[in-house]
Amino acid sequence: MNEINLVDLAKSGLNTGRSDIATAETDAHTETARIMQICNACRYCEGFCAVFPAMERRREFTPADTAFLSNLCHHCGACYHACQYAPPHDFGVNVPQTLAERRNETYQQLAWPTPLASLFERNGLVVVMVISACLAAAVGLMLAMISPDLFWGVHLGEGAFYQVMPHTVMAGIPMAITAFALLSFIMGWRRYWQATGAKWRGMPALRDAISATANLRYLGGNNAGNGEGCPTEDDRSSHLRRIYHQLTFYGFMLCFASTSTGTLYHYLLGREAPYGYFELPVILGTVGGVILCIGTAGLWQQKKKMEPAVKSMKHLGMDYAFIWVLFWVSATGLILLAVRETSYMGLALAIHLGLVYGFFLVLPFSKFVHGIYRFAALLADAGEKQPQNLR
Amino acid sequence: MQNHINTYWDVLVIGAGNAGLCAAITAAEAGCSVLVIEAANRDMRGGNTRHTRNLRAMHEEPTDILSDAYSFEEYFDDLLRVTKGITNKDLASLTLQKSTELTDWLQERGVRFQPALSGTLNLGRTNAFFLGGGRALLNSLCRHAEGLGVSLIYETAVASLLMQDGFCDGVRLETGDQIRAQKIITTAGGFEANLEWLAEGWGAPAKNFLVRGTPYNTGTILRALLDNGAQPVGELDQCHAVAIDARAPKYDGGIASRIDGVPFGVVLNKNAERFYDEGEDFWPKRYAIWGRLVAGQPDQIAYAILDSVGVKRFMPSVFTPIKDDSLAGLAEQLNLPPEAMQNTISAFNAACPEGEIDQSILDAKATKGLFPNKTNWSAPIAEPPFYGFPLRPGITFTYMGVEVNDRAQIIMKDGKPTANLYAAGEIMAGNVLGQGYLAGIGMTIGAVFGRIAGESAARALNKTVLGD
Repeated sequence: MNEINLVDLAKSGLNTGRSDIATAETDAHTETARIMQICNACRYCEGFCAVFPAMERRREFTPADTAFLSNLCHHCGACYHACQYAPPHDFGVNVPQTLAERRNETYQQLAWPTPLASLFERNGLVVVMVISACLAAAVGLMLAMISPDLFWGVHLGEGAFYQVMPHTVMAGIPMAITAFALLSFIMGWRRYWQATGAKWRGMPALRDAISATANLRYLGGNNAGNGEGCPTEDDRSSHLRRIYHQLTFYGFMLCFASTSTGTLYHYLLGREAPYGYFELPVILGTVGGVILCIGTAGLWQQKKKMEPAVKSMKHLGMDYAFIWVLFWVSATGLILLAVRETSYMGLALAIHLGLVYGFFLVLPFSKFVHGIYRFAALLADAGEKQPQNLR
Repeated sequence: MQNHINTYWDVLVIGAGNAGLCAAITAAEAGCSVLVIEAANRDMRGGNTRHTRNLRAMHEEPTDILSDAYSFEEYFDDLLRVTKGITNKDLASLTLQKSTELTDWLQERGVRFQPALSGTLNLGRTNAFFLGGGRALLNSLCRHAEGLGVSLIYETAVASLLMQDGFCDGVRLETGDQIRAQKIITTAGGFEANLEWLAEGWGAPAKNFLVRGTPYNTGTILRALLDNGAQPVGELDQCHAVAIDARAPKYDGGIASRIDGVPFGVVLNKNAERFYDEGEDFWPKRYAIWGRLVAGQPDQIAYAILDSVGVKRFMPSVFTPIKDDSLAGLAEQLNLPPEAMQNTISAFNAACPEGEIDQSILDAKATKGLFPNKTNWSAPIAEPPFYGFPLRPGITFTYMGVEVNDRAQIIMKDGKPTANLYAAGEIMAGNVLGQGYLAGIGMTIGAVFGRIAGESAARALNKTVLGD
């Protein structure tokens, strides 16, 4: 089957959720536009975040506008608790939930390669299945390929890991997977940027978007980022969600740095893993892994506590699956560190690598993409709101 | 519930809006046991406070929330101007003086304000905006009150006051249960959601009013107070009423139902006649008279007509305007006499001056020879498509209430204060606001008199009020 047939097949029904992000008047878009029209006549929430000022710069809401606004929303829920038009009012305004539905729909509309977009439907199940398959494959293959003596043996010193799995395999698989993920992100970003009509407005806008991302400004409780945080189980606000997300984000970055320094050690210094407990890759990975575990567990707890009315119930599976995969990726990394000088090293390594490969494989079709599109939306927003660009 | 009925409370507050919560918090901080009863459920609690956004506060120098300065003299002049002097000057002075403390006092109790922004009405100098609006303020104050041990119960509507010789022993609920307390603070709002009562002042047109405010302000408590000999203040037909979209819900439409397009087009009655100067002044200074103007037209309906240029000059509205490529078609859609409408618009267009209008100033682009003339921003309605907004009077709140003194005690017809009844908020706003309106002053009156009522009740119970 050639590529054209695949695309046709996708369009013809296998992939019914896919539609053009900039023009399709989907239910989620229509409801978003209805609500934004009410909000735009009220504007009481303009102090909370970036979404409402961005809304005020528009009079009409096309699918491209709702795609932009929904990806700009950090889903803190403050506007729901403050809303005089929230249910049971006749207007039935629920901004965070409505934007979440639209946002999740855009993930599917933007996904590349297109035929795989439907992986965003029942995404929790998809993620769990992919990860489980990778886990089983990693453990199964290693058991099948090497002798039990080697698998259950105690391996010490440099190159210990590579006695149970050759370095070319261990590093080659993720390189291929990462290349695929990167390509997918670039294509998704391009689609988003073109479809929403976003414009590059220079370095000041980029700096502002980076600052808003690095500080999680819009989880801060007001649009200066210095408020009381966002609502937790009721209308009470706290900074916990912001803190846990920071731990997750920076924990992830530290783990990434750990892998990168490990790669440099391997190729530049010619030194093979495992490295000593006080060497850079291990320190970065340990610190990163611990705070990533705390961050993801915290995010899960905050998500659970969140006012049910604002959650997008259809997509909770996606949120929870991603959080838990991240948690277990880092937890198994820490376990591997703990048992690497015992006979459980082979098993722990297989489990950890299975999870890591699965995680990166499913990355372009997981909650991870929220970071790509959120940053794109923040960058577009930062440009739009520059004084010289305001009408 | 049984607990609440069996307790003999120090202070009972009727209504969980801004005034009631300020009263409850103040009394509780002084050590009183306080019960707040609210007719609505938790989601709809707080009366018209849900629909508010800011309060007007005097300040001598810029703060983090308010820009520049707003002196007592300027504030007082503004109040005298809008009320045409119909105000109790002592109580008005007291309100303005005490308004300086409000933003700090509220912030210390969890309320968050937004930094001075452009805002929809450009009131950053005179008005402090609640972050997220009135419902967010209610959330903060309710949580703070509960933290102080105040009991707050919902869906608890009062049927009558247990009054004897000017002394109130408590309330009888609609369920028949009674709640008793030493001091009763009434903060239950006006009667804007009671169309029958409105008809006493407005006659038959009242049936065509939309109630922009809360449906829970039916005036039960106000009626009970007046029936038991409280001295009324203010006129029956005085209220805050704006022209709102006729398609808004009968009750509770709030801020979003407003139409800001009047200055940039013409407004016609059902006979397709103009009836008032649409460009008399900037809209924020004029919008509050248009409810009354529309109420004076046949069937209490009017239509704002704009062309494709005018329709882009104001904030978008919650209801999409009715649109047609021709005036005749628009007239048909709006059910206006087409020929009369064409004549009115043609006459208006012919009377418009040359040149572009400038909506940022009073541009004196006035029509000539019309009755009434339009004094500013007169531009022909000529560029299709044409747009129409149907307008109805939308009543936000009523001014008639009970007279109070500077301790928020309710005054009886014999001129003496009651022994244990207090009032704050809309139910007594008419003492300060005899007519007209000054944006944000309703919340100021509510918070100032709420605090005074809480303090007075606590002192009368020999409690020490914070700051004494």
